[in-house]
Amino acid sequence: MLLTFVKAFLVGGTICMIGQIVINFTHLTNGKILVIFLIAGAILQGLGLYQPLLEFAGAGASIPISGFGASLVKGAVEASERNGVIGAFLGGLQATALGVSVAIVFGYVVALLFTPKTKKM
Amino acid sequence: MLDRYYLENRILNFDKSYIVEGYTIAGPKENDGRLHATFDMALKDDMFGQTTFERAERKMFEHCISGAISKANMQTRDIDYILGGDILNQNVSASYACRKFHCGYVGLYNACATYVESLIVASSLLQSGARTALCVSGSHFSTVERQYRYPLELGVLRSPMTQWTVTGVGATVLQSEKDDLPKVTRGMFGRVIDYGIMDINNMGAAMAPAACDTLVTYFERTNTKPSDYDLIVTGDLGKLGKDILIDLMSQKGYDVSDNYADCGAMLFFDDQKTYQGGSGPACSALGFNALFLSNIRQGNIKKMLLVGTGALMSSTVQFQGDSIAAVAHLVEISR
Amino acid sequence: MTKKLSNQQNPISPDGKLTAKITKDNYKQYVFEKSPKSAHAKNMFWAFVIGGLICVIGQIFIEIYSLLGFSNADSSGLASATLVVITAILTGFGVFDQIGRFAGAGSTIPITGFANAVVAPALEFKAEGLIYGLGAKMFVVAGPVVVNGVFVSVIIALLTLLIGG
Repeated sequence: MLLTFVKAFLVGGTICMIGQIVINFTHLTNGKILVIFLIAGAILQGLGLYQPLLEFAGAGASIPISGFGASLVKGAVEASERNGVIGAFLGGLQATALGVSVAIVFGYVVALLFTPKTKKM
Repeated sequence: MLDRYYLENRILNFDKSYIVEGYTIAGPKENDGRLHATFDMALKDDMFGQTTFERAERKMFEHCISGAISKANMQTRDIDYILGGDILNQNVSASYACRKFHCGYVGLYNACATYVESLIVASSLLQSGARTALCVSGSHFSTVERQYRYPLELGVLRSPMTQWTVTGVGATVLQSEKDDLPKVTRGMFGRVIDYGIMDINNMGAAMAPAACDTLVTYFERTNTKPSDYDLIVTGDLGKLGKDILIDLMSQKGYDVSDNYADCGAMLFFDDQKTYQGGSGPACSALGFNALFLSNIRQGNIKKMLLVGTGALMSSTVQFQGDSIAAVAHLVEISR
Repeated sequence: MTKKLSNQQNPISPDGKLTAKITKDNYKQYVFEKSPKSAHAKNMFWAFVIGGLICVIGQIFIEIYSLLGFSNADSSGLASATLVVITAILTGFGVFDQIGRFAGAGSTIPITGFANAVVAPALEFKAEGLIYGLGAKMFVVAGPVVVNGVFVSVIIALLTLLIGG
């Protein structure tokens, strides 16, 4: 049990640290970094390399944005195995709909309840 | 490097531009900085009782303009022209604030060089017959942040090269009638200079060559040198830009390290985490009206150069991969 | 010709002394040398620690949901959704941007960064109304993630079909 958390911490932390290294040395903006990691996760999943990492590290691999890319691909590929071309188009968003919908709904609610505050520093 | 062509007829001489009064409004963070308590008005809350930051910025402009007029013992009808600008799209803050003032309005945009630009244009207006003019420029951190960078609540790590957009507005009332007042004696508009800097976080580096070009041209054309002035002040190069300008000037044979200050670099304390200091059109307007103007009046400064520096990019051209163009305008102010 | 400038052309030495004339051509290199460097070690440390901690919190939620009887896949999705909710609330209270200020990639790379990228513009552009402001701008930062993700995943699935079938 404890080992699961240690693995999640180490793998998740390492992925984030790689992201920080890329930011520091290339001065890429936030949006570009997110897209790069997402696509990296998607391609690794497509090649069958991300799934082992997911099984090894659990949340350490699924919580970073690369995990989002991986589950998009996982959903699309699995659905296409059942439904062919239609599945390829259906599966990705279906697999990730929970996260996206929750973000939209809670984003909406939070935006209605709060106002942005000026940064202090 | 400088073509003779560019050295012709760029210096404007003024003898009818007297500085009556300056008025400043600063945000809470600015009032916690090095110029604490030198502002005419400091906001406790930068929403200023409004529903949006844009409206707050507009209200700051309105208060600053009317504050400057009454501090100069004048009425709105005594002001012939209001010249002003900000860095929001279409100059909305200055323009909309002027709905309340029935004076001729000259909307100006040169990013953070707007304040000095307005001083030169105003002095030219006074030279050609206007009696009074009011120069105003300012910015608001939260409006600028969303237009040029990110939403306020987005959690991103700031680059150590960044500057902090100053919340504040500064206004100056000028008159053509002779009086025992500080005066704008010379002005010069700079060239647009682009040294290929792409990093939006490093505006000081993008603007320093423009400031250098303007200063060198001015010194050559007027046969003066930095030591002829008590103080040379730039707008918002920030700490890094200031160091770069000192290097650039020294390579042109001018040593400015002794009597040179930058409004952006001096506004904040280090522990306010602004990294390279302040930026925005409010920088030079606050710096000059809150600090230098009173020092000129008291005789601590007899002759100074104020150089407004502006980075002229927009988000659109930046995303399209264009580098940052910059301009610097200069005025000579003497007692 | 390579674009990289040789050391001789570099106008500034490592100790900050000017060694050659600064021109328009070597200006970028001069600025690079003159600029303060990011605190690499500190940034990476915090990215690692905060990123790791967020994943551990995610793992805790996965374990909780599994105990409650959800399937493995469902618990993982629910854990992500829970982190999204927490981030949305922290963003509303103005706390998340302060975490991001020192955690950097540690808070942007995990799903929390995606949630923050949705909620922050929604809050910011609410002033322009619910349709053209909040509605239109909500995905101004996170949109590229969804768009590119869907595009790439469909291509990969089609390719897999082609090769596998």
